[in-house]
Amino acid sequence: MKKNTTSIRESFTDRIFLWAVYAFLCIVMLIVLYPLIYIVSSSLSSPEAVTSGQVWLWPVDFSLEGYIEVLQNSDVLRGFRNSILYTIGYTVIAVVLTVIFAYPLSRESFYGRTILMFFILFTMLFYGGLIPEYLVVQKLGMLDTPWAILIPKAMAVWQIIIARTFFQSSVPEELVEASEMDGCSSLKFLWYIVLPLSKPIIAVLALMYAVYQWNSYFDAMIFLKSEELFPLQLELRELLIVQSDSGANMDVAEQQRRTQLANLMRYSLIVISSLPVLVIYPFAQKYFVKGMLIGSVKG
Amino acid sequence: MKKVSQWHLAKRSFRKHWQLYLLMIPPILYFIIFKYVPMFGAVIAFKDYNVVEGILGSPWAGLKHFENFFSNPVAWDLIKNTLFLSLYQLAVTFPLPIILALALNEIKNGIFKRSVQMFTYAPYFISTVVIVSMIILLLSPRSGIINEFLELFGFDSIDFLGQADMFRSIFVWSDAWQMTGYSAIIYLAALAGVDKQQYEAAKIDGASRIQRIMNVDIPGIMPAIVIILILSVGNLMAIGFEKVYLLQNPLNLSTSEILQTYVYKMGIINANFSFSTAVGLFNSIINLILLVLVNAIARRVSGNGLW
Repeated sequence: MKKNTTSIRESFTDRIFLWAVYAFLCIVMLIVLYPLIYIVSSSLSSPEAVTSGQVWLWPVDFSLEGYIEVLQNSDVLRGFRNSILYTIGYTVIAVVLTVIFAYPLSRESFYGRTILMFFILFTMLFYGGLIPEYLVVQKLGMLDTPWAILIPKAMAVWQIIIARTFFQSSVPEELVEASEMDGCSSLKFLWYIVLPLSKPIIAVLALMYAVYQWNSYFDAMIFLKSEELFPLQLELRELLIVQSDSGANMDVAEQQRRTQLANLMRYSLIVISSLPVLVIYPFAQKYFVKGMLIGSVKG
Repeated sequence: MKKVSQWHLAKRSFRKHWQLYLLMIPPILYFIIFKYVPMFGAVIAFKDYNVVEGILGSPWAGLKHFENFFSNPVAWDLIKNTLFLSLYQLAVTFPLPIILALALNEIKNGIFKRSVQMFTYAPYFISTVVIVSMIILLLSPRSGIINEFLELFGFDSIDFLGQADMFRSIFVWSDAWQMTGYSAIIYLAALAGVDKQQYEAAKIDGASRIQRIMNVDIPGIMPAIVIILILSVGNLMAIGFEKVYLLQNPLNLSTSEILQTYVYKMGIINANFSFSTAVGLFNSIINLILLVLVNAIARRVSGNGLW
C-alpha cells in the first residue's frame, strides 16, 4: 500500500529468508499434492500397471476399468444412494434445529439465554460415553433404522455458536424493536426478515453438516446392522480396509486378474467417493473459512 | 426486590417471544436426550447393568468395574498408549499450523499464496475411511509407492502397518498431512488482525523479517495460540479413535489399542456395558481435569483462558 514511503531496502538476509519461505511452501504443497495425484493417476491406469508398481506420477496404460468395475458393484451404488439420502435428510434436520436454537440465543431481550448457553457448552466439557449413548439410541428403538444416522448427531455446539454469532452481528437489535412496534410476531420476523438475511450462514451450516455426514462411518458401524441401510463410507471400509484379497478356489490366472482388478478398484473407489466433496470444494472452501472465522470471534 | 424484577423480565420476555420458546423445545429435547441422558446413564459404571432391569433398576456394584480395570495389567498399557499417541500428536500437529501460517503471512497475496492455501486445505475434506485406505495403499509392502521408492534405492520393503513401533508415526504424520492447512486458517486470521503500525515501526527500527516474526507476529497471535493449546490439551485423552480403529491390525495392536477403541470393543462388540462405561468414564474425567487444570495455568501465566 505505502510501498514508496516505507521502502527501506530488504537486507540480504531478509531476501534469503524470503526465498527459504517460498521453498518451504513449495515443499509443503508438493507433500500435500503428491499422494492425491498418485491416487488419481493410479485409478486411471490399467490393473497390471498398478499392481506391478509402474505408476508413480501419471497414468500408465490409460484405462477406465477400475471405474467400470466400481460402477458395476451394486453394494457401492446402494451405499452411494443411501449416503445421498442421509446427507440431504440430516443436513435439513440439522440446519433447521441449529437455526431455531441459535436465533433466540442471539436476542438480547430473550430471557434465559445465558443459562441455555451454559446448558449447551457443558456438553462440550463432559462426555457421557459411547455406551450410554448407544443405550439411549437402543431405548428409542432407533437401532438399525435410518433415524440412528439422522438424529443422534443432529446438532453440534460449534455450529450453534457460529450461527448465534452471525445473528448477533447481522440482525441488529434495533430492527427487532422496530418490527415489534409494527406488531410483527417473533416467528414472522424470523421467517420473513432473519432467514432472508442469513443465507450465507445457512450455506455455511449446510456445508459443514453435509460434509460431516458424507464422510462419517462410525455411527453407521455401531447403529446399523442391515446392509441395505449402509452408507457409502461403511461400504468403503468393507471394500478398502477389511476385505483382504479373496478368491481361493479359482484358477491362478483368473485369481491374479481378480486380485489386480480389486487392487485397481480401490483407487477408483477413493476417487469416486471423494468426488461429490471435491466438486463443491472450491465453492465450499470460502464458506468454511468464513464459518471458522465467525466462530472464532466468540469461540 | 431483585427476584421480582427478574421474574418480570422473564414474564415480559416470554410474552414477547413465546413462539421462540416453543420453537426451542425440539433442540432442547435433543440436548437432554442425546447429551444429558447419557451423562446420567454413565451411572451404570457403578452398577451391574442388565437389559431386563434397565439403567435405574440394575443392582449397584460400587467401584467393582474400576477395580477390575485397574487390576488388569492391560489398563496401564492402554493409558500409556493413549497418552503417548496424543502427546506425540500434540507435539507435531500443534506447532505445524503456526509455522505454515507464519510462512504464508510473509508472502504477498497472489496466485501462489492462494494456491498453497487451497491445496493444503483440501485434504481436510477427505473422509477418515478414505485417508486410511490411502495410507494402506501407499504403504502396502507389495505395491505401495513408498516401498517402490525404497526398493529403487536398494532397501528392503517394509510392512509399515505391521510394525507396532511405526503405528504412532503413521497416525500422527498422516494427521499432520490432513489437518495442517485447515488448522492454519485460525492463525492466518489472527495474523491479519496484528496491528500494521507495529510492522512499520519495526521496519523503521531496522528489524529483520525473522525479528519481526519473533517480536510482532508471535506476540500478536499469542491469545489464539493459548486458546488452541488449551483446547488440544483438554482433548488429550479424546483422540479421534475412528481413525485409530481403522488403522488397527493384529500386528500393531500393542501400540494402537487405546482406551476408546477398547471401550468400543468391550462395550459394543462384547456387550460388556457396565465395565466399558467405567473405562470410558475414567477417560472423560481425566479429560475434564486436564482441561480445567490447563485453563487455570493459562489464565495465570498469560491472562487469558477459555473461561
